[in-house]
Amino acid sequence: MAPGLVSAVLFATVVAGTPLILTALGELVTEKSGVLNLGAEGIMSVGAVAAFAVTIHTGSPLLGVLAGMVAGMAMSVLFGFVALTLQANQVASGLALSIFGVGLSAFVGKPYESQTLESVPPLKIPLLSKIPVLGHALFEQQALVYVSWIMLLAVAWFLYRTRWGLVLRAVGETPVAAHAIGYNVLRIRYLAAMFGGAMAGIGGAFLSVFYTPLWVEGMVAGRGWISLALVVFATWRPLRVMLGAYLFGGAMITQMFVQGSGLRLDIPAQFLSALPYLATVVVLVLISRNRSTIRLNSPASLGQPFMPDA
Amino acid sequence: MQRLKSSITLLGLGLLAASPLAAADPAPTQVGFVYVSPVGDAGWTYQHDQGRKEMEKALAGKVTTKFVENVPEGADAERVVRQMITGGAKIVFTTSFGYMNATEKVAVAFPNNFFFHATGYKTGKNMGIYNARFYEGRYLCGVIAGKMTKSHIAGYVAAFPIPEVLQGINAFTEGMRSVDPKAEVRVIWVNSWFDPGKEREAALTLISQGADMITHHTDSTAVVQAVEEKHKENANLYSFSYHSDMSKYGPKSCLTGTTHLWGDFYTRVVKEVMAGTWKGTNVWGGMKDGMIKLAPLNAAVPAPVKTLVVKLEKEIIAGKLHPFDGPVIAQDGKELVPKGKSMTDAELGGMNYYVKGVASTLPKN
Repeated sequence: MAPGLVSAVLFATVVAGTPLILTALGELVTEKSGVLNLGAEGIMSVGAVAAFAVTIHTGSPLLGVLAGMVAGMAMSVLFGFVALTLQANQVASGLALSIFGVGLSAFVGKPYESQTLESVPPLKIPLLSKIPVLGHALFEQQALVYVSWIMLLAVAWFLYRTRWGLVLRAVGETPVAAHAIGYNVLRIRYLAAMFGGAMAGIGGAFLSVFYTPLWVEGMVAGRGWISLALVVFATWRPLRVMLGAYLFGGAMITQMFVQGSGLRLDIPAQFLSALPYLATVVVLVLISRNRSTIRLNSPASLGQPFMPDA
Repeated sequence: MQRLKSSITLLGLGLLAASPLAAADPAPTQVGFVYVSPVGDAGWTYQHDQGRKEMEKALAGKVTTKFVENVPEGADAERVVRQMITGGAKIVFTTSFGYMNATEKVAVAFPNNFFFHATGYKTGKNMGIYNARFYEGRYLCGVIAGKMTKSHIAGYVAAFPIPEVLQGINAFTEGMRSVDPKAEVRVIWVNSWFDPGKEREAALTLISQGADMITHHTDSTAVVQAVEEKHKENANLYSFSYHSDMSKYGPKSCLTGTTHLWGDFYTRVVKEVMAGTWKGTNVWGGMKDGMIKLAPLNAAVPAPVKTLVVKLEKEIIAGKLHPFDGPVIAQDGKELVPKGKSMTDAELGGMNYYVKGVASTLPKN
């Protein structure tokens, strides 16, 4: 392949993987605290429409992203109220949140259905963007791409190198013990869920303001569900989440390049379209085939409600 | 409340039918529409909804319409169609292929109502079908593409390899190669009717591999928008829209588009049913019937090309030109239609191959 082509494939891979990384990192933190929020698809939709609306009214993508984040947090607070405070079944509440979010975004988005945004120019990093091949692919990206990398490092550092990260994991493993030594399990779970909502909101904002600068109903198109799956297949490890997201994005983009090359390959296009899912699952299953590490990384009390005085 | 209303309506209908004055019934006929996606601002369902509005306007005072959008194909559709009938609808249009069996079932159960199903093939005593010859518009878009391309490569973002989509790809290719024999068409299947992100990536992929004429057979406006964005870097990069006129998403780069116009057809059949003259519908209408039209040409299309397109359009309408006039050669070199003949409707309906000039491999089922 020509260097230009490699660069184009890598560039598109990073773009396609970014909304997945953002959303999956948020979900990872939520799940590490023992909360299973299956509402990512709905939260992303609401984040996308909020970000789009604010951007179109203010002209500021930054305010748009903030709006997406706040909308995502609001959605997760709603989830928290139902699943944490009222202790409804987390799986059911999460699914309901997904359906609700997709519908709500369609409703709120009606007046914006016909509108489009100017595409936001990428943020070039001086010097680094001059590196041949990689420079364009990695350092001439939208600001949110760099944010996703920073968040990745921040989440990894927070979870495994800070005291509060340890507390969060303790809450996810044995909430009873965390409670016994004086931590407010409910509050920590709320905060973790809100972080997850904020990240999914930003993921949605990336779609509607940066990726395809438009709002249409259903534009998240399953990326929330893929993010949820990534967390599990990445065995709750931040770096593997990134690997999985780029693998997924990369396989999707590569198969498109193969189709668009005009080469007469005898591979069914349906197979090529399924390839991103297959490749991601196979690779992540291979690297995490050790059962004990899965047990070690998966939060023991995932999805179980906690009642302080029970 | 809804149920109460509908039982009152049914009661009313019963009384009307019993009275001798029923023939002079001034109550408007209710017409229902079932849509597969949200109406939105452009696309397949939007065009059907425009048709509904036109019909309502043309028959003002005589009809009332209602629609249900975003109805999944399958069991849900049957429920929605039944509800429409029990809610008082006399005529129901179901506007997606996957509603076929549901429509047929309800049509059998309600022999005094009338049903019309778009793009399907099952008819009945009170069930008609309709479709449009989208490929006629595709052919003309192909001609413009052939005249305007510099790279001799066109890119096509497609959803699923079904006959209707293949007719479009092949007609576009035939049109393009009728004026530029060197041209090739590359296809990316995204295996989804609607995923703006994927559609956009596919368009960008085709552009980065040299295609300068881009079109799509998917439901969003993402492809047209992506081309508009990249048009800033390559002034000879253009798009052709589908379903709707999407020029407002690509004011500089969208040259034209194949648009669907259902209004006249809806008005016609509803009138027939109301007058009691309806005798079955199996319509596959094209430019001649006003069901397919090109969107207004962009100012970037040079005058001679415009003249050519107008001329060809007239020939299609007059029946002198068929996009699949022989010789039609398959991708593997086999002659499908000999010179002097045109492809028949049955052959078109069963299309499952690429013609020569399509560079990609057709996914097998």
